[in-house]
Amino acid sequence: MFTTGRRGPSTARLWRSGRGDGNNKTVTPTGAKRSGGASSSWLLVLLALLFSFPALAVEPSEVLADPVLEARARTIGQALRCVVCQNQSIDDSAAEVAHDMRRAVRDRLLAGDSNDQVFAFMVARYGDYVLLKPPFKTGTLVLWLGAPLLLLIAGGALLMAARRRQRANLAAPLPLSDEERRRLDALLKR
Amino acid sequence: MSRRLLFLLPLLTLALMAGFFAWSLLAGRDPAAIGSVLVGRPAPHLDLPALRAGDPPITDALLKSGKPVLVNFFASWCAPCLAEHPLFTRLGEREGATIIGIAWKNKRDEAEAWLKRLGDPFKSAGLDLDGKTGLDWGLSGVPETYAIDGNGIVRMHFRGPITERDLNESILPFLKGAK
Repeated sequence: MFTTGRRGPSTARLWRSGRGDGNNKTVTPTGAKRSGGASSSWLLVLLALLFSFPALAVEPSEVLADPVLEARARTIGQALRCVVCQNQSIDDSAAEVAHDMRRAVRDRLLAGDSNDQVFAFMVARYGDYVLLKPPFKTGTLVLWLGAPLLLLIAGGALLMAARRRQRANLAAPLPLSDEERRRLDALLKR
Repeated sequence: MSRRLLFLLPLLTLALMAGFFAWSLLAGRDPAAIGSVLVGRPAPHLDLPALRAGDPPITDALLKSGKPVLVNFFASWCAPCLAEHPLFTRLGEREGATIIGIAWKNKRDEAEAWLKRLGDPFKSAGLDLDGKTGLDWGLSGVPETYAIDGNGIVRMHFRGPITERDLNESILPFLKGAK
């Protein structure tokens, strides 16, 4: 019949009790050795900032013993969208539901599912919204083909304009009028 | 002539974009809305221990009684759940609705104390401690509420607390209409 979605975007985040909706944790190396003057410690800070990356939210307790399965879980986890944090993958999110989803992915893998089966499992529960890469179907045709189509149209228009200009340049010049011929003869002193 | 049209192109693009943005703002478009794939499909599997001591476990049979049922996921640590709770009390006590409450990621004694304090509108109450059932139901957080018809088909899915308006415009008509 119908679903939700009548609540405005401003309130959408307020009522959601996700317990720790995903902020990236940033890791910066600490405890640098004291050496040199102020300038070198500034350099260290800069270096530390340069090499700090958002840490994965995957918790040690979630990691599978089998490194092959764990690697597959990471591949899948990075393609699945955390449903309460808009544009974070479940591997990047510290939200409660993302934790559940990571665990479910690993449970499915341990049960012998293929990657596609795990994606299907999630889509059956959360819909296409859960896929960070939208599937190719009628509803997403404009999304997938819009940009290439525009490129083709623009390229075609440019090509046509260029060809028209070329044709104009190549066209045989008009014959000289009598007046022009007289002036030309005079110049050439014939 | 065609050159003048070319100059109109950026203006046209701008107008298109402004139109889209205005529509997004005014029509209440929510790009974060997840929607629900469950609506129109049979309700997911339900097999949970009862929240209240001595109650029978929560199973699918409760969803196929031939009567419409509301399923509400809640938690004692969730503030919006507190906000919507009086509406469920009203639904349960005055409107005679069958409501199944499921405490999501909530300790048993905390959920029980919460219900004791606020009143317990639930005909049956289950405990989803690890959130696995929640995942099967496509839950994104608490509170969420599902309206299920007598044949066990999900008809509505509310993400976030239900409001007075939801109650009057959707839930009550559904309870009256669904057989």
